[in-house]
Amino acid sequence: MSEYHKPLPKPSPVSAPYWDAVRRHELILQKCGGCGAFIYYPRPRCPQCLSENLEWRSVSGRGKLYSYTVVRRASSRAFADGPYVLAIVELDEGPRMTTNLIVEPERIKIGMPVTVVFDDVTPEHTLVKFKPA
Amino acid sequence: MSLKGKAAAIGIAELKPWKEAPPNATPLGLMGRLTAEAIADAGLEKKDIDGFLVGMPVADPGFIYPASAAEVLGINPRMLNVVDIGGASPAGMIWRAAAAIGAGMCSAVLCIVADLNRLGDQKVPVVSVQREFEAPYGNIGANCGYAMIANRHMYEYGTTPEQMAKVAVDQRKNALKNPLAAFGDKPLTIADVLASRMIVDPLHLFEIVSPCSGGSAVIVASPEVARRAKNPPAWLIGAGEYSNHASITYAPSLTDSPIKPAAENAFKMAGVERKDIDLVCPYDCYTITVLVTLEDAGFCKKGQGGPFVAEHDLSYAGDFPCNTHGGQLSFGQPGLGGGMSHVVEGIRQLMGRGEGRQVKDAALAYVNGNGGIMSEQVSLILERRA
Repeated sequence: MSEYHKPLPKPSPVSAPYWDAVRRHELILQKCGGCGAFIYYPRPRCPQCLSENLEWRSVSGRGKLYSYTVVRRASSRAFADGPYVLAIVELDEGPRMTTNLIVEPERIKIGMPVTVVFDDVTPEHTLVKFKPA
Repeated sequence: MSLKGKAAAIGIAELKPWKEAPPNATPLGLMGRLTAEAIADAGLEKKDIDGFLVGMPVADPGFIYPASAAEVLGINPRMLNVVDIGGASPAGMIWRAAAAIGAGMCSAVLCIVADLNRLGDQKVPVVSVQREFEAPYGNIGANCGYAMIANRHMYEYGTTPEQMAKVAVDQRKNALKNPLAAFGDKPLTIADVLASRMIVDPLHLFEIVSPCSGGSAVIVASPEVARRAKNPPAWLIGAGEYSNHASITYAPSLTDSPIKPAAENAFKMAGVERKDIDLVCPYDCYTITVLVTLEDAGFCKKGQGGPFVAEHDLSYAGDFPCNTHGGQLSFGQPGLGGGMSHVVEGIRQLMGRGEGRQVKDAALAYVNGNGGIMSEQVSLILERRA
């Protein structure tokens, strides 16, 4: 595969454990010790109750397709290399994630069960994507 | 404190959007022209302007922007600020101006936006969390988010592509009567919209705003200043604002927007009912935006936006006049001037200056400003008093 030209995540001190786990092909989320909520994306404090008592927990990687679009014409030149499926997945644990769905567009149905796939887009970077379960 | 009747819009200026950036234009240059025209329209002098709310142009951004812009324009304000709530900024300026006037901080506020459809030599920075968790997956720009809202709305409520297209079609009828509309030269049919290129499923090219260059300005003034204005004042009698997300992924719902609490507050403050409203000016970056706005602002039941627009005539002469300037879909989106176009049209109609598209006896207008991906919402109710 040739060079990767799309934007890559730059981990922050808050999110570094998340991206480290993703590189190991493990999906982890913060769980709030104050109110019990699972949190995505990683936050400095729980956005529900502002507790700073957050623990990383491994999660199932299973969820449902909440919505999607097939981007035929991208707003960014980096994504001009062909249609892609941008999606919002609702994890079984609750939070929603912005992601890509790896599937032929004709098969997509909102509500369909999906499961995580880890896409090693560069030797140093892995993205969290989903496919039909 | 309520803002009801604390201030009125007394002067407007609006440029016809250019599809390309004019070669020798600058955002500050456009603001200069708009400032002179708005002050003349209100019948004031430059020295009367003592408040300044401005949108930061993408073509020439910078920190500590308001003082620089005010210096260029030769304005010495008692209150100055950038309003930075995306496309809701212009509507947000109107109530902020009224609040400052009501608090006695100033008496005539210039609310102004202008931009060019090209990047300047400095880029506006994107917030880190968006770069980290959205951009790598291609959630860049506004199209994708609204497409996901539209797909979810179709899934939950059975909304059809034809119903969404009808918004663009009816608003084009209005644009044909607006000499300032950039896309106001030929009629549009539902078949035309559905035959236009699919950009982001399910949104077609003609359901998506076109970026343009241009700008507009509104002067909001105290009752004392409004008394000596040239135009009949358009009084602000209700306002509400709300935000509950930035990326649409983290909104509580894709189809229930923060417009609901914003509109509730505006109607409560105004003490009027939905049925009293003579025209609506909802932000229309996309066709789906209008359906969701009409639902959440309470003009129809949740989920019934599709059937509602199909059953009503949204033209200036119809039974539910909506975006009588053509909406941004036909007027064009000159940066934040797109959001201001709804505000300006509401004021213009109440002043009785709608010319070939005047809504008969227009006395009450509902305006909604929408920023980001339905993230920031500002609802306004404006009134012409007999």
